Amino acid sequence: MQENILIARNIVKQYENHLALNDVSLEIPKGSIYGLLGPNGAGKTTLMKIINQITAPDSGEIIFNNEKLVRKHISQIGYLPEERGLYRKMKVGEQSLYLAQLKGMSKKEATLKLKTWFEKLDILQWWDKKVEELSKGMAQKVQFAITVIHNPDLLIFDEPFSGFDPVNTSIIRREILELKEKGTSIIFSTHRMESVEEICDEITLIDNGISILHGKINIIKDQFRNNTFQIEVNSNNLKLDGFEIIHQDENNFTVKVPSERNSKELITEILKTSEIISFNEKIPSMEEIFIKTVSNG
Amino acid sequence: MDKIWIIIKREYSVRVREKSFIIMTLITPILLGLLIFAPAYLSSVSSELEESEQKNIAIVENDDFYFSKLIKSDQFRFIKIPESEVDNIKNNFSESGYFSIVDFTSEENIINFISDKHLNKNIISEIQQYIRQIKREQNYKDEGFDVSEISNLEPHLQFNNTIITEDGNEQGANQDMRTALAFIFGFLIYIFIFMYGSMVMRGVIEEKTNRIVEVIISSVKPFQLLIGKIIGVALVGFTQFVLWVLLSVLVANIAGNTLLSDNPVGVFDSISSLLLGINLNVLILYFIFYFIGGYLLYSSFFACIGAAVDNETDTHQMVLPITIPLILSIAMIEAIINNPDGTLAFWMSIFPLSSPIIMMVRLPFGGVESWEILLSTTVLLISFLLTTWVSSRIYRIGILMYGKKATFRELYKWIKFKG
Repeated sequence: MQENILIARNIVKQYENHLALNDVSLEIPKGSIYGLLGPNGAGKTTLMKIINQITAPDSGEIIFNNEKLVRKHISQIGYLPEERGLYRKMKVGEQSLYLAQLKGMSKKEATLKLKTWFEKLDILQWWDKKVEELSKGMAQKVQFAITVIHNPDLLIFDEPFSGFDPVNTSIIRREILELKEKGTSIIFSTHRMESVEEICDEITLIDNGISILHGKINIIKDQFRNNTFQIEVNSNNLKLDGFEIIHQDENNFTVKVPSERNSKELITEILKTSEIISFNEKIPSMEEIFIKTVSNG
Repeated sequence: MDKIWIIIKREYSVRVREKSFIIMTLITPILLGLLIFAPAYLSSVSSELEESEQKNIAIVENDDFYFSKLIKSDQFRFIKIPESEVDNIKNNFSESGYFSIVDFTSEENIINFISDKHLNKNIISEIQQYIRQIKREQNYKDEGFDVSEISNLEPHLQFNNTIITEDGNEQGANQDMRTALAFIFGFLIYIFIFMYGSMVMRGVIEEKTNRIVEVIISSVKPFQLLIGKIIGVALVGFTQFVLWVLLSVLVANIAGNTLLSDNPVGVFDSISSLLLGINLNVLILYFIFYFIGGYLLYSSFFACIGAAVDNETDTHQMVLPITIPLILSIAMIEAIINNPDGTLAFWMSIFPLSSPIIMMVRLPFGGVESWEILLSTTVLLISFLLTTWVSSRIYRIGILMYGKKATFRELYKWIKFKG
């Protein structure tokens, strides 16, 4: 049996005018990067706030490291909210130390670790600057460092890449993957699907407060295969008996294989008339899965 | 507890390093010191002037009845002028050399004072005294009384005002000084509660609008953040008050030494003579208690308002209702001073929302029983605990609510909300 860092069971959260979470359950394996996906307003942030004990669910329970989630677990969780802020008039270093101390670190330990992280993220020269002098991306890096500083077992990132340029995005991605290597479990919320495919192991897709899809990325993708193939051949005149050509663009064809037949038979059929230049199964991207699932639901 | 301490330290150290705090802390005592010193300085200067200068008073009279009896003194020289000259002097008062014209010619028993400036009350009443005396003696003579005998009959009484305090000591009461202290203490409490209360409110709004509050709340309980903030700001206020007192004394001292070089301790002598019988040290201790107590009570309200709104402009309509007791207390100060131990004064100094101001107004008059102080301070402390509990329930929900301004009805719901 896999070990889970966090289990949420039947979480319900009702706000005044709408149901933010309706019976959501999920299991987050230790050491994995878990994607929490969903359109805007689906309830992702509410779920993250519940895990951080910022708000309480109306019903349902959260198990953290095999114990019922309580206040003391807070020091083992790091949270980077989507709407981030810092005290604008405070110096970066002083402020980071303050927030690290609130997480229960000693001043000495926090200073040491912060300096290491700041160096890694190339922001050490900002230590004595006030936050209001920082660019948005710089402030985001500071916040990232503050979130991970106390070596939590579970990290929760709400849209961690928003506001970053491509260079900084790749720095942050590298750091997230490195944290995972070290055994940290990570919950990762985003609606940028390309980053999901790159770094998530498992996902849950939430829409309108309901979990509508969850599982390992490759299994989900497998489920969404619809036996469609992308073929390039040496002619623009392809005759296929018993297969449906969905789309043609010059020598490129998109072909659907009916359920009673397979790709082997398709290749044999093509070779009767043409030479194959390329042959690929069209595997849906997470983005397509996302759009398809959400618009169906 | 550890975390509250970390929060207190931040709230304190950030604020005392702010430019506005440093400027306020330095400038106020300079103004205050000058304020203490200026009246003493001015009165010494003006008394010098008055002594050195003999004033010419022009007398216009049909006969010599008053003029012959008005005696020249250090202060006044009386000069009789013909009625025809009055207009000349009126047209050019400043160069005529006359301070004032006293005109007896209009009607029997009506005397007109003419001058180009507002006359000093003391000078006028002194001249009037002379004139009244002259007329009175003439009246006695006309009725056939012996003037010297009558003056013996004048009652020569001296009124002394003594109050017996708790511990049986006699105190000479200086009513004016007590009134002044009552006003000063009352207003200072009012200003301090507003100043530091809104400091708490702005702090809450800052954290809420820049969303750092979510990061903090994922580390500490909202209650810890609230208490840390309130205590941190209280310490800022305490620091500022102590610095003000010390610096004011320093400034007044320096000003006294440099400008009143012949009489360096005069200012403090005169102040301490005015304070005779009022124990200022005890009053300042009470002041600090009621300042801190009143601030703590109100600051939790201010924190709630900060949590209930999204930006500072939305606060105004919510600040007004909670500050009505304060404004009312200020409006009642005069009535309390007139009757510092009356029923109204008693109840207002027990009711926690008005007691910080009203008790400080009553205390300088010395008639407050010790059980009243005990009751008032206990009620204040209990109310503080109660309002902080209520406020923290509003606060923990409010700080995470965005996008809409809460109404008082919603605040009530938040109090009852559990979880």
